[in-house]
Amino acid sequence: MASRLVSIIAALTVAGLVIGPVTAVILRAEAFGGFRPADWQALRFTLLQATLSALLSVLFAIPVARALARRSFPGRGFLVALLGAPFILPVIVAVLGLLAVFGQSGLLNRLLAPLGLPELQIYGLQGVLLAHVFFNLPLATRLILQGWLAIPAEHFRLAATLGMGRRAMWRSIEYPMLRRIVPGAFAVIFVICLSSFAVALTLGGGPRATTLELAIYQSMRFDFDLARAAALGLLQLGLALTAGLIALRMTQVPVASRGLDRRVPRWDRTDPTAICTDALWIGLAALFLLTPLAMVLLNGLAGITTLGASVWQAAGHSILVALGSTALCLLWALPLATRWGEWLGLAGIALSPLVLGIGLFLIVRPFANPFDLALYVTATVNAFVSLPFVLRILRPDAETIRTDYSRLRSALGLSGWAWLRWVLLPRLKRPLGFAAGLTAALSMGDLGVIALFADPDHATLPLKVYQLMGAYRMEQAAGAALLLLCLSLGLFWMFDRGGRVGSAD
Amino acid sequence: MGLQIDHVHARSGTFELAADLTISAGTRVAVIGASGSGKSTLLDVIAGFLPVESGNIRWAGQDITHMSPADRPVSILFQDTNLFPHLSIGQNLALALNPRTGRLGTGDADRIADSLTRVGLPSFADRRLSQMSGGQQSRAALARVLLQARPVLLLDEPFAALGPALKAEMLDLVSQVAEAEGMTVLLVSHDPQDARRFAPQTIVVEAGQVHPPQETVKLLDNPPPGLRAYLGEGHAP
Repeated sequence: MASRLVSIIAALTVAGLVIGPVTAVILRAEAFGGFRPADWQALRFTLLQATLSALLSVLFAIPVARALARRSFPGRGFLVALLGAPFILPVIVAVLGLLAVFGQSGLLNRLLAPLGLPELQIYGLQGVLLAHVFFNLPLATRLILQGWLAIPAEHFRLAATLGMGRRAMWRSIEYPMLRRIVPGAFAVIFVICLSSFAVALTLGGGPRATTLELAIYQSMRFDFDLARAAALGLLQLGLALTAGLIALRMTQVPVASRGLDRRVPRWDRTDPTAICTDALWIGLAALFLLTPLAMVLLNGLAGITTLGASVWQAAGHSILVALGSTALCLLWALPLATRWGEWLGLAGIALSPLVLGIGLFLIVRPFANPFDLALYVTATVNAFVSLPFVLRILRPDAETIRTDYSRLRSALGLSGWAWLRWVLLPRLKRPLGFAAGLTAALSMGDLGVIALFADPDHATLPLKVYQLMGAYRMEQAAGAALLLLCLSLGLFWMFDRGGRVGSAD
Repeated sequence: MGLQIDHVHARSGTFELAADLTISAGTRVAVIGASGSGKSTLLDVIAGFLPVESGNIRWAGQDITHMSPADRPVSILFQDTNLFPHLSIGQNLALALNPRTGRLGTGDADRIADSLTRVGLPSFADRRLSQMSGGQQSRAALARVLLQARPVLLLDEPFAALGPALKAEMLDLVSQVAEAEGMTVLLVSHDPQDARRFAPQTIVVEAGQVHPPQETVKLLDNPPPGLRAYLGEGHAP
């Protein structure tokens, strides 16, 4: 019974964290006069960029996934692993990398200038799309690669026996698979991009490139118009909820996809045009993903020695926030790793961090200075946002453990504590380590709700990088970004590794 | 007295079980019948995994019908998963002794060592299941039951995966242990030879109907029509 009580408490706090802030936002939005043209422009831009981002990501992912599916080459494993990396890559780090390549004084412009070609402008819609494709092309590629690898080998064998040409193969095998997978991939990326904040904050902006999330932030930080922020929050909530529910029906996000190291057995691999196309796509994708990261490394190494005390302080804050939110998220996830728990956790996807942030701000304000609580609020919101992913990782294993051992458990009469200590935790160690690593890295790199509450004393490392960028101290920003990258990956590695060492098998 | 099953009806999905019988304390009883006849369901009812719809179960006069599995004077060996594979045998046995904490109290280490010696596995406390043969795993499970020290032992075909010689050896070991502890044992089996070897008495289960125990030798030498059909024509002596 004690364990049931724990589940109920966990469920109530999560539900409270949804209902409380949303209610606060609704109540506040009542005082709102009406949307301005700029708000409708933000809504339009949000939809436009999300549609285009999803479209481009999926479009490019199809040839890349096909090439990865049917070729084996040295470094293929590395490239496939790299496709999982953007999930834990801090947005601000990627943005700095993209700026170093596509920015005003970036690599590409330096290459184009001597040729007398016009200078590339990154800020605006194109920059937002670039960053979104950078983050979501890998996701789309993984989803589609999975589809490719799921095609039974017999189909390709049959195609080979029948001597099918490329056309026939496309019509009978590849197109039906894509028609099944692509809409779901599109929907997931669309939803992710709807709530884009950090990318829009750094690469968008201006009246023509403002997302709803960014508009919420602006009405809060610049106008301090809480009613408008709340109303925009409601709009965002409705949008994300609708799109999220549609996407949920269409697909499942692969958080930890296994088995992508296989290759599709095909008998048409010797066609020289196909070899060239595949090589081209793999080369382009690798270049597109790796160059910005290499630039982060390169610029960061130069800048990391110039970091001041405030950066280190921010790094300390970030580590504490990451560890705190990891602990909280796991405390929620362990009792909620059930079917209905996962439904509850999905609120973490639908509810954007900024809406949650506004709500918490409104709730906290009568009692305390919200800016003093910035780090606590950030840790809580980050834990909440990671919860659906963590539940998706933990639930299958947790359920297997429960079904496999429930009879032995009751035959022995194990107490809830003994069950947790001796059975559930040891057997769940591996996915637990992975989930903890994911949460810690996500929280470490998060630039969302902290921007709402930020003041110089309570900055996290991602926010610090953003502030350095804003002050045009690019060298320090690059150094801090490298530090952030190392900390994010380091935390992920530590937890994941911890779960693997001596895991129960 | 012994184990009284009074007009018990239980339902699992659409399957219905009816049982009304008494098993005297200290006897070993085989439970045989076709698969799906309700042998395991009967054990689930006695162990407390399946609640009864009506009727009573009593042990030594005490009503245990509504007790939780852990509170019943019953221990059970399943077909598989009798021990946790990620824990050492010693830790597994510690959990059986102290299901609240899983920690060892004073004298517990000796009791564990003693039970392992009795099942022929001295110095196996630090091993895991994966480091042991099938027969050794069965012996370790038996050590768990010994430590639980419950008067009724239910065996739900726990040795089905063992070869014939090993199975016979395990059944002899269980007989010996049960004899020494004065346990009442119910053994579910497909194999009439198990019944002959292990159990002076046998219960036949047919389509959810549990018949009272009869003498094993008499029953198998002269099976009633239903049992004859299950055993096969060639079986009659």
